[in-house]
Amino acid sequence: MASHSPLRFKNRLFYALLAAGGLVVLMGAYAVHLMEDQGHIITGMNNQIVWGVPHVFAIFMIVAASGVLNVASIGSVFGKTIYKVRAPLAGLLSIALLSGGLTVLMLDLGRPERVIVAATHYNITSVFAWNVLLYTGMFSLVVIYLWTMMERRMNPWSKPAGLAVFAWRFILTTGTGLIFAFLTARQAYGSALLPPMFIVLSFAWGLAVFHVVQTVIYAWNEKTLDPAILQRKKNLLGVFVIGSLYMVATYHMTNLYFAHQTGFERFILLDGGVYPGLFWWGYIVFGNLLPLLLIYVPGLGKTRCVMAASLLAILGGFALLYVFIIGGQAYPLNIFPGYQASSSFGDGQIAAYQPSRYEFMLGFGGLAIAFIITTVSVRVLNFMPQDKPYIAD
Amino acid sequence: MRLLAALMIFLCIPVAWAGQTYTPKLDIGKGGQCVEDPQSMRKNHMHRLKHQRDETVHKGIRDDKYSLKNCIECHASTRDDSVIGRADSFCEGCHRYEAVKIDCFECHSSKRKTVLGKRE
Amino acid sequence: MSDTNVQRRQFLKTSVGAAAVAIAPGMLLFDMAHGKSEAVSSKVRWGMLIDTANCADGCNDCVTACNKENGLSGGLSPTDSQWIRKVELKDMRSGREVSLPMMCQHCEHPPCVDVCPTGASFKRADGIVLVDKHICIGCRYCMMACPYKARSFVHEPLHDQKPDVPRGKGTVESCTMCVHRVDNGQQPACAEACPNKSILFGNLNDPDSEISRKIRTVASTQVRADLGLNTGIRYQGI
Repeated sequence: MASHSPLRFKNRLFYALLAAGGLVVLMGAYAVHLMEDQGHIITGMNNQIVWGVPHVFAIFMIVAASGVLNVASIGSVFGKTIYKVRAPLAGLLSIALLSGGLTVLMLDLGRPERVIVAATHYNITSVFAWNVLLYTGMFSLVVIYLWTMMERRMNPWSKPAGLAVFAWRFILTTGTGLIFAFLTARQAYGSALLPPMFIVLSFAWGLAVFHVVQTVIYAWNEKTLDPAILQRKKNLLGVFVIGSLYMVATYHMTNLYFAHQTGFERFILLDGGVYPGLFWWGYIVFGNLLPLLLIYVPGLGKTRCVMAASLLAILGGFALLYVFIIGGQAYPLNIFPGYQASSSFGDGQIAAYQPSRYEFMLGFGGLAIAFIITTVSVRVLNFMPQDKPYIAD
Repeated sequence: MRLLAALMIFLCIPVAWAGQTYTPKLDIGKGGQCVEDPQSMRKNHMHRLKHQRDETVHKGIRDDKYSLKNCIECHASTRDDSVIGRADSFCEGCHRYEAVKIDCFECHSSKRKTVLGKRE
Repeated sequence: MSDTNVQRRQFLKTSVGAAAVAIAPGMLLFDMAHGKSEAVSSKVRWGMLIDTANCADGCNDCVTACNKENGLSGGLSPTDSQWIRKVELKDMRSGREVSLPMMCQHCEHPPCVDVCPTGASFKRADGIVLVDKHICIGCRYCMMACPYKARSFVHEPLHDQKPDVPRGKGTVESCTMCVHRVDNGQQPACAEACPNKSILFGNLNDPDSEISRKIRTVASTQVRADLGLNTGIRYQGI
């Protein structure tokens, strides 16, 4: 009987985790109920900062949902075996993150009960409306892709399905970037650099999320990842982190080069209160430099280090999005170039934003939805990567 | 057999309930000649209102025969000048009975305009 | 032709005339009582010309009139709606100070309409930009897209709205150019309230309207003209 007890313990642990996740979802639901009842007054969002912490969570999850598919694409499209066996897990994570992110985005609407209107009334010029199609399309495509991989008879179709997913997720992240890129009037946004920046960011964040989940699954099943595979995957993460750092740097550099946007860059990078701190410490140091050290310094780069690097990269992602979304709105719109403006509606002033706990409850509720979908699916279906003895390809 | 009997009894209960004809007693306000006959208004008022709302909001057609304001003008209670708020209010009374949520008055005024104008 | 015939004709003419005179006011009244049953057309484009030279620093009458007309609370917290606001400007080089009212600019190519996922943000044929609150889902993308910060989001449940101006929690709203007044042949509340008559309201598409004539003769600008939105609100003196 003694040999059964670890199994029983794991069983209990599984249900405990599920209950914890459920509790966080319930907290999110409670926050939504209050927001429905009392309005957005209970959040920190206002007429100047119209998108807040829920959007940081939602956009992170949506971007990561697209990026995590990278693992699948390298397998299906480029035919790398060690990635191919990880494709089902990647697809699952994509669906989980997308569900979490979209739930948050939808429940933050002023009129969430009317979300069906987004399907019945469709404005073709709106990037948001395109994204409604892109998200639902991605969802169904990934489901089909998973089906082609997990149902043996459908296996021959997994390559075309993988190709379709590969193309679709590029367009999807482009769409996410375009939400901001089309806001020409605002200094922080309105740049053609944003869609590619979001694509590269998605690579890094998606892979980081994948690493975290994979490490946990291996630990749960008391297996160890082949060091050679770990080596390859951590190097890939390193490359993606460097790539995203490059894109973010380029974005700020181009802003600095446009004379009328130096004021905004000064605000974000130097004297904007919480935003420069979050950018330099949160994103640059903890989100990039530290993970790179953990990955590349000789002697480091073992399982724990890669796990830590991935978690840090995820935190860095949140910090960057906070600075990008909220900092970008906090800096005043330049409605009258050449004039100093003041008014009762925040013209010429830095907008104040104090996120409320309900926003965080909603955001974490979304993360918990992704967590529950992943945990339950990994338990009931076979998403565990099955590696053959490693052969370099 | 017993099961069938039980089922029959269950099926009869709603019929028995429906037998006691309870219809809401409404305060119809000023009342008088409606823009359509009452039966058709009971059945179609929501369609007429929705059609008129799109005409007015998007095209600026302010023909008020089927407008919400016109409904309220006649049907607001003569006591509190409102179509909602009480169990027998013109809109609320019936909507409570039918258990249909009214979405209009979160945004629209439920009061008779002529009274509001006078008060100012 | 006999005399009687002429007389008969005369009689008919007079009685028809009399009948017309008797009926016409009734018809007019009928029309008034039943509102306007014609759709607005693009032959009209409503606009305003705001003379900043006459706009007194510290005068808030247009804002007060707007709040009263549209049932806004007049609160100034960041979550309160402000459809029109007074902006004080100071030229950074010369130090010249200007005061002006700022509201929805009723663009010909409004970014809020482009980005709205459901088409709740729309432009009427006569150029007035509105929100159809029946299909607004409250995503606030229009507020992000508006270069003039003209829009507000209703953060709390509201009560006692004006019958002509429905407003409600969870939807976005902005200056409607007092569409309910304009459709009745009146001026927007702000234009009527301005003590110095510095807000001139009229039809930009009619070359003989006062606003068109004035725009032809004095220098006026559109705010952020570089964006090419062709605003319906023009300013003099900035």
